[in-house]
Amino acid sequence: MAQNESEIRYLTPPTVEVKKKKYCRFKKNRIRYIDYKDPEFLKKFLNDQGKILPRRLTGTSLKYQRKVATAVKRARHLALLPYVTDLLK
Amino acid sequence: MLNQYETVFIATPVLSENQMKEAVHKFKKVITDNDGEIVHEENWGLKKLAYPIQKKSTGFYYLIEFKGQGDLIEKLEVQYRRDERIIRFLTFKMEKFAVEYAEKKRRQKESGKLKEE
Repeated sequence: MAQNESEIRYLTPPTVEVKKKKYCRFKKNRIRYIDYKDPEFLKKFLNDQGKILPRRLTGTSLKYQRKVATAVKRARHLALLPYVTDLLK
Repeated sequence: MLNQYETVFIATPVLSENQMKEAVHKFKKVITDNDGEIVHEENWGLKKLAYPIQKKSTGFYYLIEFKGQGDLIEKLEVQYRRDERIIRFLTFKMEKFAVEYAEKKRRQKESGKLKEE
């Protein structure tokens, strides 16, 4: 079983995606409170359709992800951020 | 126990400047009547909305930070709902870090103004 695996020749060597150590930006630079009133900062956590990015992409810790989520929902309520759009950035 | 609250409301762009002032004054009176104390207020003026609300795409934003009792919020929100000039409002209770953040923001703004003068 192991032999024929080694016989598989890849045309191009499989590039192992170098795993960048993700860090929670809120813990790192001591941000305590996420303000729902400045949409520019919140846009970093939205994809270009205006949806909230999951933690596995942004790397934020659970506590701050919830704060970001509530801040984004408040901003959406006040029409500072759209609920759904395209090419937000 | 006096909590600190922050309320933002959006008024229809149709109304003129003094109507807007009068609306703001009305809400401030509601707060001060029920022994609330206004800490800070900001007028963001006419801003474009991210999505149309009631067929309008711009609105007057106004922010009021105040300290008050819990039941004051109920009265304030009844006033908001009754007033048809206000198309959207949001009040929320500021916890410890929010209060610090607001003060820091205000200090920056003052220091910014000092530099400009």
